Amino acid sequence: MSGVLLEAKAVAKHFGGVKALRDVSLSIRRGEIYGLIGPNGAGKTTFFNCMTGQYIPDGGGFEFDGAPLAADAPHQAAARGIARTFQNIRLFANMTALENVMVGRHVRTAAGVLGAIFQNRATRDEEAAIRRRANDLLHYVRIEDRAGDLAKNLSYGDQRRLEIARALATEPKLLCLDEPAAGMNATETGELRELIDGIRKDGTTVLLIEHDVKLVMGLCDRVAVLDYGALVIEDVPAVVQKDQRVIEAYLGA
Amino acid sequence: MSRLLTSRSAFGMLLIAALLIALPFVAALGGQAWVRIVNFAILYIFLALGLNIVVGYAGLLDLGYVAFYAVGAYTYALLASPHFGLHWPFWVILPIGAAVACVFGVLLGSPTLKLRGDYLAIVTLGFGEIVRIFMNNLNAPINITNGPQGITLIDPVKIGDFSFAGTTQIFGISLSGPQKYYFLLLALAILVIIINLRLQNSRIGRAWQAIREDEIAAKAVGINTRNLKLLAFAMGASFGGVAGGVFSAMQGFVSPESFSLIESIMILAMVVLGGMGHIPGVILGAVLLTVLPEVLRYGVGPAQMAMFGKMLIDPESLRMLIFGLALVLVMRFKPAGLWPSPERKRELTGGS
Repeated sequence: MSGVLLEAKAVAKHFGGVKALRDVSLSIRRGEIYGLIGPNGAGKTTFFNCMTGQYIPDGGGFEFDGAPLAADAPHQAAARGIARTFQNIRLFANMTALENVMVGRHVRTAAGVLGAIFQNRATRDEEAAIRRRANDLLHYVRIEDRAGDLAKNLSYGDQRRLEIARALATEPKLLCLDEPAAGMNATETGELRELIDGIRKDGTTVLLIEHDVKLVMGLCDRVAVLDYGALVIEDVPAVVQKDQRVIEAYLGA
Repeated sequence: MSRLLTSRSAFGMLLIAALLIALPFVAALGGQAWVRIVNFAILYIFLALGLNIVVGYAGLLDLGYVAFYAVGAYTYALLASPHFGLHWPFWVILPIGAAVACVFGVLLGSPTLKLRGDYLAIVTLGFGEIVRIFMNNLNAPINITNGPQGITLIDPVKIGDFSFAGTTQIFGISLSGPQKYYFLLLALAILVIIINLRLQNSRIGRAWQAIREDEIAAKAVGINTRNLKLLAFAMGASFGGVAGGVFSAMQGFVSPESFSLIESIMILAMVVLGGMGHIPGVILGAVLLTVLPEVLRYGVGPAQMAMFGKMLIDPESLRMLIFGLALVLVMRFKPAGLWPSPERKRELTGGS
């Protein structure tokens, strides 16, 4: 097993004349928390969307876990082991918290229509396992007491947690979090930090897109900085923090 | 506690069963026409629950559902009538009808995968009309559907020598044709209710609901939205096909007139009015929208005669008037439907 989990090779994407990504190459190693930062409009989310199949890159591609990623099929990305959350939370609003996580098990389970109709042994067992695992995950992100509430009725912080639980339900090798701390206060951010750290300790590689530089620098093993769609630097936080180009990008030269 | 509950629910089930068995005989007191009305109510429950899979679970607004009903009805009519001289048994035709409707479901589904909401509604509406117009015009150059005249003398449902048409004596009880169909329809309706219930709380059902709630998020957790939408269309269509087959056999006659746009709208209204995605709500919607107009039809005319001594308003036009008013009122005061699904709190927090 090689040390690199995800490798981006010269990924390019443009929208009309706007070059959102200019040949971005970077690599994420197994077991690390990898931060992707950059000013607004730097192309962080575009990179994310290319990787998870929401966008088709105009050039380059991704290698994940030793094999290329199919470009145009988000549901296959999940099957391969990439799970994501969204910058603007996307939960299944009118389903309960528990059901949201249960949906996350879809890609790791197999019951079909006939199984559902005839309720054979295998289907019942699988269903019980889905429910058990979903409850465990709600417990893991510490919102087990909200299991029966509709997702839309959860507080903002709990919705973020629920989205992470749903992503974890797909058993990802790489968990991608798109600005998970957006709109959180200091206490909530602290709790989130613990949660992310715990996820990594339990063996999942984490890719973190974040605006909160303090959170990124404190949490990540390595950080990549994007600016105007191009990679500025990819290194450990201590080096990135001191890099002149990064300071310029953030403060304006 | 739980024992008490189960014995109570068992009692409730028995009571409902007794009522359902007694229903066709009670209805017959008002004449066989009422038994037929009850039969149609059940047929519409069946149709509405089929559509509920597409609209209620998967959230795909389908205004052409009646096309599948028509396909099923014509499949039955062509394979069991003097029109082609074919008289296949119903238990062979019904699955064929379901399969043909299913193919049509996929045919409609595949080009519309990327559409949603209003756009999907327009395309499905067009599809429904296309099917009806085909039925209307496929009498030349080769006479397949017999055009607007429709197909007559369709075989009734027969199991062995037991025919569902005409009156028979069973255990000293006299059963009329409609009463026999009642029990057939009831069996089918119970079957479709069970299928709906089981799908709702299954991996597939949850995936459909996820697509309904947020398609992008559904894809992100690994749901193959294309296949699952097609599956919803195919399943909904198959139910439509089966309903069409039974309709054909029960009426003994089909013509394109029975499959107009207003039928699609009525079936959709049953689902929406009752409570989308909630099985008891959908059943309530179907029963209300089939039985109430008939009550009006039979009640309003005589009532006017008694009150004013003459007919002021034609019952038929009053029916549409009241139907429209009812729709507006429900949408204003109960936008989630008459009997929407509860938040299912108890059910999910209790079980582990």
